[in-house]
Amino acid sequence: MEILDVARWQFGITTVYHFLMVPLTIGLALLVAIMQTAWHRTGDPRYLAMTKFWGKLMLINFAMGVVTGIVQEFQFGMNWSAYSRFVGDVFGAPLAMEGLVAFFVESTFLGLWIFGWGRISQRLHLASIWAAALATVASAYFILAANSWMQHPVGVEIGPDGDPVLNSIWALLTNSTVLAAFPHTLAGSLAVAGTVLIGVSAWHLARRHRNSPVDDPDRRVWHTSLRWGGWVGLASFAAVAVSGDIQAKLMFEQQPMKMAAAEALCETEEPAGFSIFAIGDLRDPSCDNIVSVTVPALLSFLAEGDFESEVKGIEELIPAYQEQYGSHYPDDPRLGELAGMPIDYVPSLPVTYWGFRLMIGFGSIAAAAAAAALWFTRGGRVPRWRWFAPVALASIATPFLANTFGWIFTEMGRQPFVVVPNPTGVDGVYMFTASAVSAGVSLGEAVFSLVALTLVYAALAVVELFLLIRYARAGVDGVMRPPWEKDDPPDDDPPASADAGDDGQQKGRDQDVLSFAY
Amino acid sequence: MDLPTVWFFLIATLWLGYFFLEGFDFGVGMLLGIGTRDEKERRVLINTIGPVWDGNEVWVIVAVGATFAAFPDWYAALLSGAYLPVLFVLLSLIGRGVAFEYRGKVDGVRWRRNWDRVIQIGSWLPPLGWGFIITATVTGLPIDVNGDLRGGLIDLVRVETLLGALALAGFSLLHGAVFLALKTDGDIRWRMQRFASRYGALLLLPGAALLAIVQFRHGAAWTAVIAGVAVLASIGALLLLPRGRAGRAFTLLGVMLAAVVVVLFGSLYPNVMPSTIDSMFTLTVAGAASSPYTLSVITWVAAFGTPAVLLYQGWTYWVFRRRISTAHIPAVRVP
Repeated sequence: MEILDVARWQFGITTVYHFLMVPLTIGLALLVAIMQTAWHRTGDPRYLAMTKFWGKLMLINFAMGVVTGIVQEFQFGMNWSAYSRFVGDVFGAPLAMEGLVAFFVESTFLGLWIFGWGRISQRLHLASIWAAALATVASAYFILAANSWMQHPVGVEIGPDGDPVLNSIWALLTNSTVLAAFPHTLAGSLAVAGTVLIGVSAWHLARRHRNSPVDDPDRRVWHTSLRWGGWVGLASFAAVAVSGDIQAKLMFEQQPMKMAAAEALCETEEPAGFSIFAIGDLRDPSCDNIVSVTVPALLSFLAEGDFESEVKGIEELIPAYQEQYGSHYPDDPRLGELAGMPIDYVPSLPVTYWGFRLMIGFGSIAAAAAAAALWFTRGGRVPRWRWFAPVALASIATPFLANTFGWIFTEMGRQPFVVVPNPTGVDGVYMFTASAVSAGVSLGEAVFSLVALTLVYAALAVVELFLLIRYARAGVDGVMRPPWEKDDPPDDDPPASADAGDDGQQKGRDQDVLSFAY
Repeated sequence: MDLPTVWFFLIATLWLGYFFLEGFDFGVGMLLGIGTRDEKERRVLINTIGPVWDGNEVWVIVAVGATFAAFPDWYAALLSGAYLPVLFVLLSLIGRGVAFEYRGKVDGVRWRRNWDRVIQIGSWLPPLGWGFIITATVTGLPIDVNGDLRGGLIDLVRVETLLGALALAGFSLLHGAVFLALKTDGDIRWRMQRFASRYGALLLLPGAALLAIVQFRHGAAWTAVIAGVAVLASIGALLLLPRGRAGRAFTLLGVMLAAVVVVLFGSLYPNVMPSTIDSMFTLTVAGAASSPYTLSVITWVAAFGTPAVLLYQGWTYWVFRRRISTAHIPAVRVP
């Protein structure tokens, strides 16, 4: 094992893990902000209950998203110091901007929101959740801009020491890659939140409300949540598909090898078929033993929007890459066992091929589940089947899996590059993953870090799931004192900041649980 | 001042903001174990920093992010050079953040005791680690011509770095106690007051030693003046504490911290990280900086972003300015 493998495993594990929390935080924060707005507008206690319940799940999840995010910002310097030096002039700027513009807002206003119930005016309190929710979206934009630059470097020139130097922040922020990746990721996040709403609400409806009257307040909370989740889910899956199609078309231009690998398209075809299923050993780069079941000409449509165009295959791309970026790694001792070896320009075919299909497959299942949930609950209905609750609960996993496979596909698909060369960009702005790792770090340190982070993350995953399930099962009663369904709940709607100045011992006793969250 | 120097100054300011703000909330976390008698008191402590600790922590994220953007070579050399200390800081911050959020979510004695342990470890290790790491960057690391560390963690363990670790931990503990004397009421308030006046001098001692060493080995004439300010401020704070002037002592401790940070970073300038192998390999402000264009972009962002941050963060402290006592803590209510 080499430090390169350890560093890659660590990056993969920590990033995939971080991105289990991130989409749920982004999606739920926006939905909670909308729920609270609905409560603010209508005064309907159902919306307050929704705000508090889903807000609680969001907070349990948010904590994990924050702490795993810090690791991301530090590990570039720790494990990938050569990368950090090479790209620092470009890549650091969006990270710093995320911190200054988005992350400060997010953490400060979320603190205000958690502790501000009854302490600040309702209007300000509502503004706090909106500020936090929009900041998570802005945060996603900056991070995706940084990532998109690795996929498609723009806005740079070669500096005096051969490293890329930023010459247009505007080009970086309006990179065609980020303009497609941002709506795709945002829609993916809302899809996650929508499916979570559906799954948990369906469980409550099926467990408790098969026979309760339609106007039962608790039933209304879950029914409304499910309908919201269904519509949000459907709309986001549509957006995911459209933005994904745009991304695929860009990828054919910007990273032809990644797209060919996603299709296990060995020979150039005209028109090219879309592979549904492949049999054979995908790891064999000679491609002789891959039998693919294809839809004729569909890949040409995905690539170019027509049914005739040629799509380049792996076999034809390899010599082109070799000619442009070299056939062997330089004989540099810092490259370890790869020094002087031939460069393998084909990403891991099983990972890219199946990653791409699993992303689309799980996304489609989740979309179908959202549509089915909407249909089964139309006009206030609650399904009576025994299987409804477990199936709905299980469907929660699907958008998470789709997101995960999507990221694994796109990041593994850019190998062996860490910064992928831009075919129409400035020459020389690319970097091999092998030359990106830290030279001053020992293998022992890197392994220790990988093991420690993985163990801590695994333990925390158990705790977070335990808490999420506990609070999800408890429902509204777990976050609000009954009888919460009355129009004027005694402890959840205290007057605006009248008590902010005094010592408020009496008030302090009556604070809602959320005001003293800890 | 040229832009790299401006950013050197800004990054020092970000570290100062972090040590000032998260310093006292680390102190509160440390005191959770040694300064409380029962569950209600522990909840009082945690709730004094509840709304703000996460915002305080962002200061370090921005400090490190700004270092990446403005001085990529410094970022790469420091984080890969101080690999294990940085890793332990990270693990502690992970545990600490989750612990605050999860501690009250289940009503169980063992549950809370375990999270309390995580909070305590997570509040002791980061100030020790950051003190160590920042002193290492000021006094130098064995880095080669590429900025990569030659050797291992053991080469970083020196009198200065150990003093740096103790200095920041001691300061955080004291600042935390004074903060609690300001933010709580009843028994805890007077206990913290007594703790701060009794042990204040002892807790500041490693910082004083560090200051003296850095000043004599690396300092200039002007940093000596600032070091004098630090000494005067700390003496003032120590004199005010027994008289119950917690607010002024808190401010003076902040002045002292600022002065110490100025001395540390001021004696470092125009370097960002000296090489202890060969001064040829030393990373300098000019040499490690990003291009003028990148620096001007993030300068614009910082020029608008930083005042806004100060305003709304300051405002949250104003919103949650009330003292908290055990009488305010409601009964536990969890599903």
